[in-house]
Amino acid sequence: MAIRSAVIEQFTRVADEQNKTIANLSDEVVLLDSGFDSLCFAIIVARLEDMLGIDPFRTVEEVLFPTTLGEFIGLYERAAR
Amino acid sequence: MMCSLWEVIGAGSGQSARHLWDADTSIVLSDLLEGTILGGRAEALRGRSVLIATRSQLTAALALVELDGVARRLVLCPPDLAAGHVPAVMARAAVDAILSDLDTSDFASCGVECFAPLSRGVMRADTQLPRDQATEWVLLTSGTTGIPKMVVHSLSGLTGAIGAGGERNPSPIWSTFYDIRRYGGLQVLLRALIDGGSLVLPGSHEALGDFLARAGAHGVTHISGTPSHWRRALMSPAARRIAPRYVRLSGEIADQAILDSLQAFYLNVAVAHAFATTEAGVAFDVGDGLTGFPASLVEREAAAVEMKVEDGSLRIRSARTGFRYLSTSDLLKDEDGFVDTGDMVERRGDRYHFVGRRDGIINVGGLKVHPEEVEAVINSHSQVQMSLVRARKNPITGAVVVAEVLLRPQRDQDESAVERGTLMGEIIAGCRRALAPHKVPAAIRFVPSLEVAASGKLVRAVG
Repeated sequence: MAIRSAVIEQFTRVADEQNKTIANLSDEVVLLDSGFDSLCFAIIVARLEDMLGIDPFRTVEEVLFPTTLGEFIGLYERAAR
Repeated sequence: MMCSLWEVIGAGSGQSARHLWDADTSIVLSDLLEGTILGGRAEALRGRSVLIATRSQLTAALALVELDGVARRLVLCPPDLAAGHVPAVMARAAVDAILSDLDTSDFASCGVECFAPLSRGVMRADTQLPRDQATEWVLLTSGTTGIPKMVVHSLSGLTGAIGAGGERNPSPIWSTFYDIRRYGGLQVLLRALIDGGSLVLPGSHEALGDFLARAGAHGVTHISGTPSHWRRALMSPAARRIAPRYVRLSGEIADQAILDSLQAFYLNVAVAHAFATTEAGVAFDVGDGLTGFPASLVEREAAAVEMKVEDGSLRIRSARTGFRYLSTSDLLKDEDGFVDTGDMVERRGDRYHFVGRRDGIINVGGLKVHPEEVEAVINSHSQVQMSLVRARKNPITGAVVVAEVLLRPQRDQDESAVERGTLMGEIIAGCRRALAPHKVPAAIRFVPSLEVAASGKLVRAVG
């Protein structure tokens, strides 16, 4: 639960900082359609590493790049286990 | 033909009232001119390639005066030269004598004759040596890893910028945060010796506060260092112990924040920043209090220092540049005689601004960022003392920019998490106003200190 809320918080904060208007953050939202560019994702991943101490893209073998927000959160939840 | 350093000093005046000081020694210049630190053994160094590897900066300075014009080559060992690199440095410079105040057994294995300076400093010499050799001065670059590059200079090249322009002070008392065995520090030593001044040198293990207090007691008027040296000095309560008339910055980019801080901190001080590198020599001084330099300096006809900008980097041609590297295939100059400094500049209006080193560029998803341009923006926040921007690996864009920030001392304690959060927001907002989105730090961390290398430059670890 903590991970889910941390991810949502970073999406919201980065959207705000980057002046992006984003779709509602449901699990089904497709990341590439969410209004974020790759720099936004890069920042979110860096901040989550600071907050949670994990970078699933580095620690989990064979990362499948997530396509939806739900998959993105799932990736972090698996890495945290 | 250029006279030796000993002759140049001798041609000046007032040597009996001029001094070289370190933490525990005071040398009167007239004694130096009539004396020796080698007890009459200097003649044995005639025509040889001498490694000057001393603990004390002052001893190295005295050795330079005594041996310029006598030795064939003087190789200046900076204090932080890794022991493992000494054999390669000696081989490249064909060193056949060592002058050192260190335990000479350190050098026993190298099979080269060692000369120890007198423990009492300068002793009166009965005769003075002829100084008719054209001595090569070899300076080591402050590179990050590997064997440092060794740049061959002559005394006339090294002193080319001295006395050129600027007002002359009758008897300046110089000091420097640099080590005189590096290009920036050597400039200060030569200025003090040639321009009628005295010099206060840091001791080998002297604390910054003690050094500042001692420099103040000697009445230092002119003092130089890197912007990192100065940011650290301003954090010391002892910064108030000196009252310089002239403050000089070089070796790193002088951003507007450090220029303004120094101008505000010292009453009636002239703050200048200079551009010089071990390879390119002294190119220019800027004294108008602004960061960057006037575009009019570039591509001037018939100037003593010719400058041009090619592929974004500053190129220099003058009689002050080094001649060559010792024993490497790397060329110091291009076929037209220009040294490529590797310092990237950008023209904004009628000024050029330094944006960073060519080899320090961070690549964020294919877009370039110079750490220094981001640091300059962060440092402009009133509560920031200094900052270090670096790359952090990132799975999406290859790298992102992150920053470590050192706050001003009075703000460093009792920071609540809320205040820190606000401060972080302000810094990021400032970056967003001034920089393209990919240059804005993705993360900021407040740190208790930032490492400054022996060269006086911020340590930029690769990672």
